[in-house]
Amino acid sequence: MEKNWPLWEVFVRSKNGLEHRHFGSLHAADAEMALENARDVYTRRNEGVSIWVVESSNITASNPEHNGEMFEPAQDKVYRHPTFYNLPDEVKHM
Amino acid sequence: MTDNNLYQYILGLADNSLVLGQRLGELCGHGPNLETDIACTNISLDLIGQTRSYYQYAAKLAGEGATEDGIAFLRLEREYRNVLLVEQPNRHFGFILGRQFLFDVYHLMVLNELQNSSDETLAAIAKKSIKEVSYHKRFSADWVRRLGDGTEESNEKMQEAIDGLWRYTDELFKPTDAEMAMALEGVGPDITQFKEAYYKEVTALLEEANLTVPESKYFTHGGKIGVHTEHMGYLLSELQYMQRTYPDMKW
Repeated sequence: MEKNWPLWEVFVRSKNGLEHRHFGSLHAADAEMALENARDVYTRRNEGVSIWVVESSNITASNPEHNGEMFEPAQDKVYRHPTFYNLPDEVKHM
Repeated sequence: MTDNNLYQYILGLADNSLVLGQRLGELCGHGPNLETDIACTNISLDLIGQTRSYYQYAAKLAGEGATEDGIAFLRLEREYRNVLLVEQPNRHFGFILGRQFLFDVYHLMVLNELQNSSDETLAAIAKKSIKEVSYHKRFSADWVRRLGDGTEESNEKMQEAIDGLWRYTDELFKPTDAEMAMALEGVGPDITQFKEAYYKEVTALLEEANLTVPESKYFTHGGKIGVHTEHMGYLLSELQYMQRTYPDMKW
């Protein structure tokens, strides 16, 4: 039966103020179990202060076969980076 | 010194956690799946961590070169003070979770009172352990509910475990001389006062889990005074193997 447990993606926020980051995935029968499993598998060394879990099937992913049309056109458009401006010295943190 | 009530009382607390920790440790690499394997061994490590604090304290009280390892690993079966419930074997996952739940409810009640102990060391250990044990109870109660209220097969197995373990629950509330003395001194709780609340809480969860509360009035006692079930010898031979083969070894 456990073979039927769906896959869940685990996101952990390691400190207050930071964003949740993808930590990995695990199997669980439902959301509650996924949270408990995530707690035991990914935060037992004090890695987190908050956990999100989402069933992997709810994630819509881009298809690697379409990487050409999805991502390659952006490769030669350097002008989309804000590197062609002369920034005044007074502007920090750009 | 080792006849001292406080010393014996500490061994009771420590041995419960040590033996249950050892039982859960047996699952390391053998859990039903990766996630529950890690969960059970996490609980095991929590419990072993707690026993270390208790045994260090006991060793200090005993003096005369006593060490935490010596007390934990080198006593004879009759000298272990754990309740019979925690030494029961991992027959199947239902037994593991049933045993855990029946112990966790009791364990949390004891720690909740122990944090107000007149003994500062015990109060500090209890305070630190409460958060861990609260999670243990959440985990085990959740699983008992799942299995009881799951498929026909999971319900059957969970029921089998509860029926098999029920006879060991009464011992939890049968005080030893040390427990009675410590309750009088305000060091430990009067465990007889938990009995009603315990069965109420356990009954409520079993009913919610679609399980039948056993009606048997036959209960077994003895672990707390060193009279253990036949499983204990096997458990100790594994637990003590390293210290007995390589005396005084350290990690």
